[in-house]
Amino acid sequence: MTIKGKAYIAGAFEHPTRHAPDKSVAQLHAEVALGALADAGLRRDDVDGYFCAGDAPGPGPATMAEYLNLTKLRHVDSTELGGTSYVALAGHAAAAIALGQCDVALITLAGRPRSEGVATGTTPRLRDPNQPEAGFEFPYGLTTANGYAMCAMRHMHQYGTTSEQLAWIKVAASHHAQHNPNAMLPELVTVADVVASPLIADPLHRLDCCVISDGGGALVIVRPEIAKSLGRPAVKIIGAGETVKHLAGGAFDLTTSGAARSGPAAFAEAGVKPADIKYVSIYDSFTITVLIQLEDLGFCAKGAGGKFVSDGNLISGVGKLPFNTDGGGLCNNHPANRGGMTKVIEAVRQLRGEAHPAVQVRNCDLALAQGTGMQLGTRHCSATLIMERE
Amino acid sequence: MVARKIPAPIVTVESEPFWNAARQGRFVVPACAACGKTHWYPRAVCPFCGAENIEWRAASGRGTIYSFSVMRRAKEPYAIAYVTLAEGPTMLTNIVACDFDTLRIGQSVRVAFGETENGPPVPLFRPV
Repeated sequence: MTIKGKAYIAGAFEHPTRHAPDKSVAQLHAEVALGALADAGLRRDDVDGYFCAGDAPGPGPATMAEYLNLTKLRHVDSTELGGTSYVALAGHAAAAIALGQCDVALITLAGRPRSEGVATGTTPRLRDPNQPEAGFEFPYGLTTANGYAMCAMRHMHQYGTTSEQLAWIKVAASHHAQHNPNAMLPELVTVADVVASPLIADPLHRLDCCVISDGGGALVIVRPEIAKSLGRPAVKIIGAGETVKHLAGGAFDLTTSGAARSGPAAFAEAGVKPADIKYVSIYDSFTITVLIQLEDLGFCAKGAGGKFVSDGNLISGVGKLPFNTDGGGLCNNHPANRGGMTKVIEAVRQLRGEAHPAVQVRNCDLALAQGTGMQLGTRHCSATLIMERE
Repeated sequence: MVARKIPAPIVTVESEPFWNAARQGRFVVPACAACGKTHWYPRAVCPFCGAENIEWRAASGRGTIYSFSVMRRAKEPYAIAYVTLAEGPTMLTNIVACDFDTLRIGQSVRVAFGETENGPPVPLFRPV
């Protein structure tokens, strides 16, 4: 069975806030849910499938289903894959629709790490003492930043990748963010700015890291017949893949991500090749995250990512592969410390022709969203979603 | 340079033999008596063959740096690293007692236990 062509993204909404001390997390979830339904032209009572992940208050989907007063649910899914959850959940929603388990699927994400003052990336955190690896990781001061940094350090050693090459990823994101009035960092930056910014965890500088923001987003995914009745540009889901990559008992390669498995699965289902893709949303928790995923998805050879991202190749209208035209996590936002939702939303804007005119990709009929959740340097989840405009 | 205080490791029923050996200054690695393979992090079920027959093998304490990063944004900067042990598996650790600016991938290191806050010592490594 395939999900190809069985479901359409009918509604997409990104919360404009980047700092929400005056709102609750549940309230933000509700606002993005209602925003996406309004975008689709559907009502709350049309929703019969609800999808959320670990950022939703309460365990699983029950608390938010009650808060939103969703009363027609016949399918729920709260698969937790970290920041890429929403890329994967879009595929799950398509699968549920293909199986007849629901007709109108709502996916929500929201959070306020900025208001809550969470020092997200640089403080060691003990998440769950029952995690069997905790005793062998937490004492050593493993954080988000230094975990990803070790991937970058190894990539540099193995393939000669440089800090200047990584910086080009941030530079490209800033070229896009300058056109986004909601972006946290709308200023243009140069390669020199990035490498001159303070080191956080060698070799990653401050400007190699994504922002911390409040906010959220939501998607509405529907059966083809419903999509066609709504009068919005039709964005068809044609391929999805997901996987987990981990340290495999102590024999691993930090320069490769789960995208090397989720990507080929999604391409095979969609029946398209990397060269066919007109626009990519690539999870950008750090610059190195983008480089490794681009290689693993096959946009360039393993190890050639540094050269591939250089000289503006990711800038819309300039390079061969426009990416993250909203400014991405590096410049725009990273709501709830989870960037997967906004990756899908910007891909939908591109496919609809509703991106900012300065960054809109011409004839954008095929787009890919790729996410990496949790920790690239230890255990992470990867999800790939391929979408087509009809 | 002030060294960072190391929090006590969580000791579980699975990892207790490892930490008991550490308290005696012995660095051991888990090895499966059924398939013979060593693994990391230590667990009761062999990740390669599934047997629940894990032996604790005395390790040489020798290894090489697979990757590392000096955490600059910390009160006391520290070096986190993956070290590939002579016995095979690669483990997360800290590199200590060195000039962080001289660290490099491929460097030979040797185990040196470090005190923790009210817990058993943890295996750290220092350049040879």
